[in-house]
Amino acid sequence: MKWLRDIWHLYYDGFRSMTLGRTLWTVIFIKLFIIFVVLKFFFFPNYIKEHAEEGKEAEFVYNQLKVEN
Amino acid sequence: MIHLLNIDLAAVDWARAQFALTAIYHWLFVPLTLGLAVVMGIMETQYYRTGQEFWKQTAKFWQKLFGINFAMGIATGLILEFEFGTNWSNYSYLVGDIFGAPLAVEGIVAFFMESTFVAVMFFGWNKVSKGFHLASTWLTGLGATISAWWILVANSWMQHPVGQSFNPETMRNEMTSFAEVALSPVAVDKFVHTVLSAWVLGAVFVVGVSSWYLLKQRHLEFARKSLRIGAVFGLISSALIMLSGHHSAYTVAQTQPMKLAAMEALYKGGVDQPLTLIAGINPFVQPDYETQDEAPLKLAVPYALSFLATNDMNGYVPGIRDILDGYTKPDGTQELSLDEKIERGRAAIAALADFRKASEKDSSLFTLHSSLEENMPYFGYGYVQDRAQVVPYIPVCFYAFRVMVGGGCLFMLLFLIASFKPSLFGRKWWGAIAIACIPIAYIVSEAGWLVAEFGRQPWTIQDMLPTWVGVSQLGSSAVMITFFLFLILFTTLLAVEISIMIRAIKDGPKMKSEE
Repeated sequence: MKWLRDIWHLYYDGFRSMTLGRTLWTVIFIKLFIIFVVLKFFFFPNYIKEHAEEGKEAEFVYNQLKVEN
Repeated sequence: MIHLLNIDLAAVDWARAQFALTAIYHWLFVPLTLGLAVVMGIMETQYYRTGQEFWKQTAKFWQKLFGINFAMGIATGLILEFEFGTNWSNYSYLVGDIFGAPLAVEGIVAFFMESTFVAVMFFGWNKVSKGFHLASTWLTGLGATISAWWILVANSWMQHPVGQSFNPETMRNEMTSFAEVALSPVAVDKFVHTVLSAWVLGAVFVVGVSSWYLLKQRHLEFARKSLRIGAVFGLISSALIMLSGHHSAYTVAQTQPMKLAAMEALYKGGVDQPLTLIAGINPFVQPDYETQDEAPLKLAVPYALSFLATNDMNGYVPGIRDILDGYTKPDGTQELSLDEKIERGRAAIAALADFRKASEKDSSLFTLHSSLEENMPYFGYGYVQDRAQVVPYIPVCFYAFRVMVGGGCLFMLLFLIASFKPSLFGRKWWGAIAIACIPIAYIVSEAGWLVAEFGRQPWTIQDMLPTWVGVSQLGSSAVMITFFLFLILFTTLLAVEISIMIRAIKDGPKMKSEE
């Protein structure tokens, strides 16, 4: 169990003693929030999931390709 | 006539612009990560070998800059995957089975390998042994490089689709050989060339930052030693990139001759082809490749293009018109003309339609499947209406290629001077040149991607799926809005990175003797 404690201390002490790292983590969290919550939910739906019937995705894509021809 | 400033603002154009914007911004972060990974590894190896505190602080400083860049770049590439699902849904569905494996491996490697060893690298000083720490530093870089490998495998497959077959029932390209996909010659060349270019950028960054300290008369020992290591690392990388560049050109000539012809503005090919150094091509207008024999005001190196493309000074290199009209390859086989390819593409589309209409018991099913398989390599040509659609925008390919090669030569010169006359970089002009090379290195690095991606137009999958078929049926305003959202998000991120990076550089390394 000592190795588990060592790993815990590596991360715990590391995060506690961060200086510049705090700014970087703040930027990372803001960025991840914008990417996964704002952009993914509101601007980047899965087009095929939204427009095709479940199980008929292949048919949907085929029809899309047919439209283009 | 196609005019660069007369862009048709259809959804496909906005989707392309958005993908390009995201990829360009993502690529601002990646090469410095890959380049500094080696530099910090070398610095820490020096510390491991000598035990001197100086090298420990030097390694820590470059690790700090690596950490800033790494943190800013995290997840910027994920947005590309969102764009696949929303803007490029047809393409995304067709390639899902191929991309799934490399992107999953990339995700697992990136998450577990990089995140584990990055933590040991930053938090593990004085907590783990010197050897384990050094291994973690190198493994952090190796993890980032392996991640790049898988992404480049996915990109290379689009440029040269191998190890797959199209299943008309599932409407998917399915992987038949993982090894063929992962180790295709395009993937190997792209990986080697891209990683070496990242090393060159990393070396330019180290030389530039070190020169700044020399100019400011600060941290002189640190600056001199970092500059020397950066210069030697850059010189070795530059020499290797020349070899990999030659091999890449050879592979492009074999797999994407139209890209090479566009890069060279080679309208009419032949044997003994010279390599164009510069020519008078209007950057805003597609040249008249149908009637002109060559670009005006052309200055060229005799035989060099033939050598680059075929490894033979007298080798045959097809031009744009040859590719459109069909030509005989050196081995005697005939390359189909565009009209023949269009016919084969339409036959593939018709076979697919008949296959999907036919019932499972239909006796013609096998014949239809065979016809589809036979013509599938030309599937995308079935959507082509005229010759201009399959010719990439020549001025961008032409000039981006020259920026890439010219920049590479400039950096080689910089590294040569920095290796043999490092004291020059303490002087005002030389130091300023070295610092100016940092933004130039980014422009050169992006130019390389412009060559690769503009050059393969109009194909999202080479010869099999043009952009206007791969794109979703979206309104252009929806894509336009997200384009500008990204522009704001990425520009903000870049501004934050530059400001944090500059502050960290101004703070400098924490040398005990200077405290």
